[in-house]
Amino acid sequence: MQRAAGRTPERRPARAGRVRTHRAASPWLFLLPGLGVVAAFVLYPFLSTVHKAFTDARTLTPGTWVGLRNFREMLDDEQFWVALRNSVLYVVAVVPLTVLLPLLLALLVHKKLPGVTFFRSAFYTPVVASVVVVSLIWGWMLDDRGLVNGILRFLGAGPVAFLGDQWLLLLSAMALTVWRGLGYYMIIYLAALANVPRELHEAAAVDGAGPLRRFASVTVPALRSTMVLVGALSSVAAFKVFSEVYLLAGPTGGPAGQDTTLVMLVQRTGTGLNGRVGYASALSLAVFVLTLLLMLLVLRADRKEADG
Amino acid sequence: MLAVLAVSVGPFLWQLSTSLKSTTEDIYTYPPGLLPEHPTLDNYKGVADIVPVWDYALNSLKVAAANVVTNLVGASMAGYALARLRFRGRKAAGLAFVAALLVPLESIVIAQFTMMRDLQLNNTLTAVVLPGAVGALNVLLMRNAFANLPYEVEEAAVIDGANVWQRFTRIALPSVRGTLAAVAIFAFMGAWDDFLWPLIVLSDPDRFTLTVGLNFLHGTFQQNPRLVAAGTVIAVAPLLVMFACLQRYFFRGVGEGAVKG
Repeated sequence: MQRAAGRTPERRPARAGRVRTHRAASPWLFLLPGLGVVAAFVLYPFLSTVHKAFTDARTLTPGTWVGLRNFREMLDDEQFWVALRNSVLYVVAVVPLTVLLPLLLALLVHKKLPGVTFFRSAFYTPVVASVVVVSLIWGWMLDDRGLVNGILRFLGAGPVAFLGDQWLLLLSAMALTVWRGLGYYMIIYLAALANVPRELHEAAAVDGAGPLRRFASVTVPALRSTMVLVGALSSVAAFKVFSEVYLLAGPTGGPAGQDTTLVMLVQRTGTGLNGRVGYASALSLAVFVLTLLLMLLVLRADRKEADG
Repeated sequence: MLAVLAVSVGPFLWQLSTSLKSTTEDIYTYPPGLLPEHPTLDNYKGVADIVPVWDYALNSLKVAAANVVTNLVGASMAGYALARLRFRGRKAAGLAFVAALLVPLESIVIAQFTMMRDLQLNNTLTAVVLPGAVGALNVLLMRNAFANLPYEVEEAAVIDGANVWQRFTRIALPSVRGTLAAVAIFAFMGAWDDFLWPLIVLSDPDRFTLTVGLNFLHGTFQQNPRLVAAGTVIAVAPLLVMFACLQRYFFRGVGEGAVKG
């Protein structure tokens, strides 16, 4: 038997002939739909990915055991290193901005001003619109003859081929991700800001702390755990980026495939009639392990800072 | 404030304006003109002639609606059992959901795809819905919501002889409306927004959801930004309208269901 949870009433074992609160099977019937879906479509596929990573399975053939061959191939695969580089760059560029900018935005709109809800909703529109839509919009804006180049030309700068150069493409996709993240993470910060006691701010103001000082000494410490949460969420999301790059750079990943990200590589390798399921599973496993490592890294960095 | 507003809403307005410009009008003017001179709805007709955008939208709607229903039912039931019922194996069941949360969906899409092939389900909307039918995160959100309810009310119901199902539907569920709303909204948006999985599992253009269909549109009609713009407006408009209507609910629900920092 487990420890009784704090609020559950004292119950003697059912054998004693007491009224039971439920039949023995009830909890499992309640759990059935949820547990069934999660077990069948998340946990089982994961186990099967682990298994297939050591085989040479293809879309139409189950494959045979090949040991570590897929992983050895991965280390020699130039595409894998390109994809890893892009995914890591994505994290490095996107995460700091995603932790800070939405926080500033949240501070801007969490005051009770007239019309503030309108602004909140407006900032959230990029999140509501699906990623494919905003990628298409950006693709058209960044086009050689699109809005951005129109403005640049108006200002006297030449057209910039945003979608023709591998680095500019990656930068554009990053900007798009940050832009979409603004509203999304703003909401999380708003929820946390609602929990910062006003008295703290008032006390600090009475003590003569200016707005900047109050931000640094009151708001940031109070929101630390939220900032860590946003950092963790956004770094994992950035590492697994797919849609933005796929849509801006095209299925093959930009010029000579130089903009391919890890998840794009998995998708390209494992699908299609002759998809290399075994190798794609090995890549998937790499994505999984690296994602976990990234999480640990963020949490470690947080703890170090707390101790330091 | 206004600058951020321009940055976050501007692109949408520009797109709307492009979609309304007629073919006689130069969409590449310098400086860019925001207001169409001859507003026309021809582009919307044009899109629908080439790509069945409305059918795709309907497919997306079916998937999103199914996703909302399955998530509400599955997550609230599982969450209730984890929060309120005591039984052997509860910890293990809870752990299963936490473990599922740690598995990035992107790293199992290939296995899911193989599985759908084996089940003869690939290329169906059912296959699009199934993997996300009950999100582990939603189960845990519901569990927390139920765990925060005071126990006394339910105790009274037990004494009155209400069975588990009655306690769940009549007492527990009505008390967690905010979290239910948040789960519903996230389930809808998640399904509507999903791109990678439908892209992998759907190959027949008749079955495309909006995201996959738009990608297809983008590839085929790169030459005609007006049409692409019209397609994107069709994809965005219903969501924005829904969001505008639900926004008050939405911000409250998110606040309630959010992870408390």
